[in-house]
Amino acid sequence: MATAVKQKSDVILQYLRPHKKMPSVWCAGCGNGIIMSAIIRAVDKLGYSKDEVVMVSGIGCSSRMPIYLDFNALHTTHGRALGFATGVKFARPDLKVIVITGDGDALAIGGNHFIHACRRNIDITTILINNAIYGMTGGQGSPATPSGAFSTTTPYGNVEKHFEPCELARAAGATYVGRTTVYHATQMEKMIAGGLAHSGFAFIEAISNCQTYFGRLNRKGDAVAMIKSFKENAVMLGKAKKMSEEELEGKIVIGTLYRTEKTEFCDEYQRVIDSLQGGK
Amino acid sequence: MAQKKRVLMLGNLACVHGAIYAGMRFYAGYPITPSTEIAEGCARELPRIGGRFIQMEDEIGSIAAVVGASIAGLKAMTATSGPGYSLMVENIGYAYMTETPCVIVNVQRGGPSTGLPTKVSQSDTMQARWGPHGDFTAITVAPSTISDTVSETIRAFNLAERFRTPVTVLLDEVMGHMREIITLPEPGEIEVLERVRPTCPPEEFVPFERTPNLVTPMPRYGDGYRYIVTGLTHDQMGFTTNKPEEITPKLDKLRNKIENYKEEIIKLRVEMMEDAEIAFVSYGSVSRTAFQAIDIARKAGVKVGGVQLYTIWPFPDKELAELCNRCNKVIVAELNMGQIVNEVRRVLPPDVSIHSLRRYDGEILTPMQLLEKLEEVL
Ligand SMILES: Cc1ncc(C[n+]2csc(CCOP(=O)(O)OP(=O)(O)O)c2C)c(N)n1
Ligand code: SF4
Repeated sequence: MATAVKQKSDVILQYLRPHKKMPSVWCAGCGNGIIMSAIIRAVDKLGYSKDEVVMVSGIGCSSRMPIYLDFNALHTTHGRALGFATGVKFARPDLKVIVITGDGDALAIGGNHFIHACRRNIDITTILINNAIYGMTGGQGSPATPSGAFSTTTPYGNVEKHFEPCELARAAGATYVGRTTVYHATQMEKMIAGGLAHSGFAFIEAISNCQTYFGRLNRKGDAVAMIKSFKENAVMLGKAKKMSEEELEGKIVIGTLYRTEKTEFCDEYQRVIDSLQGGK
Repeated sequence: MAQKKRVLMLGNLACVHGAIYAGMRFYAGYPITPSTEIAEGCARELPRIGGRFIQMEDEIGSIAAVVGASIAGLKAMTATSGPGYSLMVENIGYAYMTETPCVIVNVQRGGPSTGLPTKVSQSDTMQARWGPHGDFTAITVAPSTISDTVSETIRAFNLAERFRTPVTVLLDEVMGHMREIITLPEPGEIEVLERVRPTCPPEEFVPFERTPNLVTPMPRYGDGYRYIVTGLTHDQMGFTTNKPEEITPKLDKLRNKIENYKEEIIKLRVEMMEDAEIAFVSYGSVSRTAFQAIDIARKAGVKVGGVQLYTIWPFPDKELAELCNRCNKVIVAELNMGQIVNEVRRVLPPDVSIHSLRRYDGEILTPMQLLEKLEEVL
C-alpha cells in the first residue's frame, strides 16, 4: 500500500514544472488539484510524451493549471482558450491538445467559442471545472450557479436559470461527453484518458468544490464536506436511467453520457488538401 | 529571361498573394466588408499549398486561432475591418505581451460602430497604435498601390518575425477594392525572413530571455522546449510575476526591441523634398492623389514636395523632422478628423506651420482638393 502511494506521487512529481515555485495560487483543499492529478495519471497511462501535449486555458483559478504542469502551456485570455486551442490543433494536428476552463470561462464569456468548437468536432479534450461560481474574482455568480444559490452578485439568491454544460456540449456537436466529480478521481482519470484517446471533441464536466466562495456563501461546509456531498449526490448513469425525474432532483448523474464517432475537423480538412494536391 | 508575370489584381487579393509569398500557411477570419475577399482568397489558395484556412465564429476567435497557430509554428494572418478589429484588440494585446508574430490586416471603412461598410476611411490609424490596453510599441504599415500591397504585406510578415510582434497592415476600402495591373514578384526576388528558433538544449532555454537585441528565439510547440506562454506579466522564464524589478524590464523589452531598431522599420517615399518649402505628408490611398497634386503644383512652379509614410508606426519622428527641415509649411492629408496631423505637430519644430486637410464623408480626397488646400495655405 505504502509503495503504491509513493509510486502515485512519483508520477505526479514527474509532470510538475521544474523551477516553478510552489505553492500554487489555489486554496488548500480546492478541487483543482484533484483534477490536475487525474489529468497527469491519464496522460501518463496513455504514454504521451510531455512534448506532444499542449495545455491551453483561459482565465480563472482553474485556468492556472497549465502554469504548474510540464507541458507546452498556453494560458490565454478569459473565455478564449478554445479559440487559441483551435489554432494550435489545426496548425499542428499531431499535438495532443487539452483545454482547461472554468464554468464562467467556458459558459459565459467563452460560450460562443465553446459551442462552435463542439460543432466542428475538432480533436480537443476540454475539461470544464465546474465549481458553480467565479472563484478567481471572489465569488460572483456564473452561468452554472443554480437558481436560488448565493454569490456576491446574487446576494438575495440567484434569479437566473443555470446551464447544463453536458447537454449544451452534446447538442452543439461534441462526440464524447462525460460528467464526474472530484470525489470520483479514478473515474475522472479514466474519463479523461477516454476523451484523449477519442478522435473528436471530448467534453468532460468535472464538478468541483470552491469552498472558499460557493461553500461559504451557501453554507456547504469546508472542502471535505463539499466533496462528501458530491459522493452522496452522485448517481451512476446506468442507475440514473432507471430513476424518475423527481428521484433525480438534486442528484449529479456521472459517467460517460454520450459517445459517437463522427469525422474529425482536421482530418476532413486534410482530405481537402490531399484532394487538391493529388489533383495536380 | 522569361517575361515576368503581369496580372490585373484586386487589392485584397494582392494582400493574399503577398502573405502566401511571405510564407503564411494559416488564416483565421470572420467575413466583413470591405475585407472579405482576403478571407475568400485564403480559403481558395491555402489548402492548395498545404496551408490552412478556418472561418471562426467571430473576430475574437479568429485572432485567438491566429496566435495559437503562430505559437504552434505557422506564419499566420487575419483580416478584418473596424468592427472586427475592435473585437480583436484584447487578443492583439495578448500577442504583444506574449511576443507572438502575426499579421492583422485592417481594410478600413468609416466608423465609429458599423459606420460605413462600403466607404473609404483612414479613421483607424490611431487604433492601430493604441487599440489594446496597456503599454507596448506597435508596428503598422500602409501601402498605396496594388503592387505595394503585395510587397508591404511581405514586409509586414518579415517585421513580425524579425521582432516577434503583431504587425498591422492598414488598407482601406479603396485599396482593398481597387484593381491595377501589377508585376508579381518572382520567388526569391523579395527577401522572406524566417523565425529565429532556439538552438540551445531545452534545459538551457530561457523563453523570454533579454538577449542583446531583445528578440528571443522562439520554438514551435512539440520541439522539446516546453515553456509557459501567458498574458500575465512574466519574467524571463515565462513565470508570472508581480515583482517591480521584473515588470519594468519586460515592458522595456516590448518597447525597446522595436524602438532601438526603428531604422530597420521606417520606410518612406520622399519626392521633391530637396528644395521644398511646403510638404504634403500622407499615407495609404491618399498618397496616390497627394503625389499627383505635387506634380501639378510643381509644373506651376510651386516648391512643394511629399512624404508618404509606408511605416506609420513607429512614427518616423527623426526622419520627418530632417526631411521637413527646409519647409515652413506642412499639409497633412488624411481621411479622418485629423489623427496623424497631431504626430506631425509633435515632431516638427514649432516654427513650421502645420495644416490639416481632412475628409471623413466616405469619399476620397481628390487632387483638386489638395491643390485648393495648397493655394489656401501658400
Ligand atoms: C475580459 C475579462 N473580463 C473579466 C475578467 C475577470 N475575471 C477573471 S477570472 C473570472 C471568472 C473566473 O471564473 P471561472 O471561469 O468560473 O473560473 P474559476 O476561477 O471559478 O476557476 C473573471 C470574471 C478577465 N480576466 N477578463
Ligand atoms: S477561490 Fe475557490 S476555485 Fe479558487 S482556488 Fe480557492 S477554492 Fe479553488
